[in-house]
Amino acid sequence: MTFKKTLLASVIGAVVAGTTLLPMTASAETLRIGYSADPETLDLHEQLSGGVLRFSHLAFDPLVRWTKDFQFEPRLATEWEQVDETTMRMTLREGVTFHSGNEFTAKDVVWTIERLKESPDYRAIFEPVASAEAVDDYTVEIVTTEPYPLLLNLATYIFPMDSEFYTGETDDGSDKAEIVKAGNSFASRNVSGTGPFIVTDRRQGVRVDFERFEDYWDTESEGNVSNIIMTPIAENASRVAALLSGGVDFIDAVPPNDLDRVREADGVNLIEIDGTRIIGFQMNEERVEAFQDARVRQAVDLAINQEGIADRLMRGFANPAGQFSPEGYSGHNPDLTPRYDIERAKELMAEAGYEEGFSVEMIAPNNRYVNDAQIAQAVANMLAQINIKVDLRTMPLAQYWPEYDTRESDMAMIGWHADTEDSANFFQYLTFCIDEETGAGQYNYGSYCNEEIDALVTEADSETDLEKRNEMLREAEAMLYEDVGFIMLHWQNLAYAAADGVEAEPVVNAIDFPYLGDLVVKSSDD
Amino acid sequence: MIAFLIKRLMHAILVMFVISVLAFAIQDNLGDPVQQMVGQSVPESEREEIRERLGLNDPFLVQYARFAKNAVQGDFGYSYFYREPALEVIARHLPATLELVFAATLIIVLFSVPIGVYSAIKPRSPISRLFMGVSIIGISIPVFLTAIVLIQIFAIGVTVTLFPENTGWGAWLNAFFSTEGNMPSFGRGYDLVNVVGNWDTNLATWNGLQHLVLPAVSLASIMLPLFIRLIRAEMMEVLQSEYVKYARAKGISMRRVYFVHALKNTMLPVITVGGVQIGTMVAYTILTETVFQWPGMGLMFLDAINRADIPLIVTYLMIVGVIFVVTNTIVDLIYGLVNPTVKLTGKPA
Repeated sequence: MTFKKTLLASVIGAVVAGTTLLPMTASAETLRIGYSADPETLDLHEQLSGGVLRFSHLAFDPLVRWTKDFQFEPRLATEWEQVDETTMRMTLREGVTFHSGNEFTAKDVVWTIERLKESPDYRAIFEPVASAEAVDDYTVEIVTTEPYPLLLNLATYIFPMDSEFYTGETDDGSDKAEIVKAGNSFASRNVSGTGPFIVTDRRQGVRVDFERFEDYWDTESEGNVSNIIMTPIAENASRVAALLSGGVDFIDAVPPNDLDRVREADGVNLIEIDGTRIIGFQMNEERVEAFQDARVRQAVDLAINQEGIADRLMRGFANPAGQFSPEGYSGHNPDLTPRYDIERAKELMAEAGYEEGFSVEMIAPNNRYVNDAQIAQAVANMLAQINIKVDLRTMPLAQYWPEYDTRESDMAMIGWHADTEDSANFFQYLTFCIDEETGAGQYNYGSYCNEEIDALVTEADSETDLEKRNEMLREAEAMLYEDVGFIMLHWQNLAYAAADGVEAEPVVNAIDFPYLGDLVVKSSDD
Repeated sequence: MIAFLIKRLMHAILVMFVISVLAFAIQDNLGDPVQQMVGQSVPESEREEIRERLGLNDPFLVQYARFAKNAVQGDFGYSYFYREPALEVIARHLPATLELVFAATLIIVLFSVPIGVYSAIKPRSPISRLFMGVSIIGISIPVFLTAIVLIQIFAIGVTVTLFPENTGWGAWLNAFFSTEGNMPSFGRGYDLVNVVGNWDTNLATWNGLQHLVLPAVSLASIMLPLFIRLIRAEMMEVLQSEYVKYARAKGISMRRVYFVHALKNTMLPVITVGGVQIGTMVAYTILTETVFQWPGMGLMFLDAINRADIPLIVTYLMIVGVIFVVTNTIVDLIYGLVNPTVKLTGKPA
């Protein structure tokens, strides 16, 4: 390319609209990934975050993992049975070795569960587990304090760690097993798991290099990626550009504004998945008396056009929601759909004596959820139609949560993904009557309280007959739908994009943890 | 001279002190670092424990005293995210930023001097007018837009289909305006050469240089027009002065007049502005490095802000303050060399 041509191209290129993109080829074997975030730490139990969990699926294996349609797939546990109401016996896979060369046995599972119960981030989730015991080398029994139907859901978070490797003292005398938040612990820098990839180099915030583990147990996996270079690229436009320019082969979190561009580009494929993260608003009943009236809450719900937001603002990159549970979840109730009806909303406002409306403050983050600030703006405009005047403030994530915790606004936006991939979790955190002792309603911004719903969900959580349990949760969703304890907007979708030849579609899922060990890359000259 | 340097050292210390107080005073508005360290479902009691352990619950003065006591011993605290001393984190990111600033400076010097001088000598020529026009656009376009346009054209590539493809001239024009891309669009590449310590350089390999080009050009794009216009204006003024007229009258060759007599005096204000602008460029690296995922101090700082990584933010601000003082000091020293009538200690000559 001559300089002259370059100069002309840059002038023209900036204004030409009718441009298309040129193809590029995927490099085989080595997979270059551009993720929006890298793992904060290599210690699985130091922080419960998307980045660390994705990493867990590379360097470790869980006992069981989710399939694309929310079934359990055996990994390090091959079989499981409920021995009595509170005990589950799991049979472990034989012939599995850790990266260190140690053999994987039941003692590692017990050690890992005990460590999870020490972890600040997992302690609450593993509360129902009373103890774990190794029956023999390949059998482990997990005992819960009460009958608990979600033990397998929890097992997706049990990534057995190499107990021998993580036991002992480092040169400077600290315990290798200790979990230190934001500290320089042994486990945050050293890894020995059973997973398909070994960490060979890591520069935090810059890149992580992986190499395929030669003695990986899953020899039936067709995955053929031998090396991974993972670069965190937080900036959306840069991440997309890195893929389009052939600098990386696989990216996550394609922003909605670039979906069409990626879809139409040659040489790359867009993979969209229906997500499970509910986006919605909470109404502060402590501060706004009107919100204590169910009719006003219904009016707010009716005034919001969920379908419109999902269609136009999100460009179809979301599924409008009338309940917490997305399809595939135990409590999903197909009857509960959005019910936009502005006339009915006005009637309800009048009935409740608020025909003249009132003013509220609203807060929303501006860099947490897809199009969050725009969604809040749209909702504010919609509420103006029923004479609720909204004073909206948006702020970056780092400032949003401290602000949220003060509960000093009238409406707040929140997105929630159930760590257990189960319906009850939404209720427990978002709408349960606040109880500081038990931690119930930790994110119940509006102090909404409906004891009937709480009782039903609590009962469901100790019901081990899953069919019965699902029925109860569906009922709870229906009750919340009537009482409008939470303004549902939509489930935000997920989008990945991969270069041609990177067959990512089978290994990505709604949980947002790609199983890259099973990824097949076909080199372009095959 | 010594007195001057000591004075500047005192400046640097004062700057660091003021910045650290300010940074500490605003830290509550930067967000809650604990929020970034725990999962969403972690109960408040656990968070409180972490806050207590990190000393975030202590009163402002206690926190500041603790920080200051350690800082005078060279310990600026641990970065929450990198889990390392903040100073080490910055030292590791510094070379990438310095190389980027160096490359951008090189581009600015190589282009601004000839273009500026040319358009001062021939202010009416069409080429000069073109340069001036483009430089106005250059000043007005924000750096991230420049960066994204550069990425689109040189990394991703554009195929122009504006002209009819089935005619010979149309196809030729389409091909003429299209670009292939293939330039790297992010990061420093995988082909770095270690120079010493934690300094890996991009300057030693072809692949490394390729990665450096687009970020350096977009960083230079803000300052380059400014310098072209500055050099042009200064040069035009100098060309009007008596000594230049005298030199011409003496029959010295024009080339010698322009490049020896006139240019030397033109460069005086340029050095002053330039030195200060190089400091400013460190600030612009935040944008450039973010778009190009260039793992230097700017990107690190933006990440630190997003994560409310307070020790790292405070340390970065202090270091940048020192960089400003140091560049200003160097500028003053150079200025003294170029113009011996200037007395550094500021006493009247």
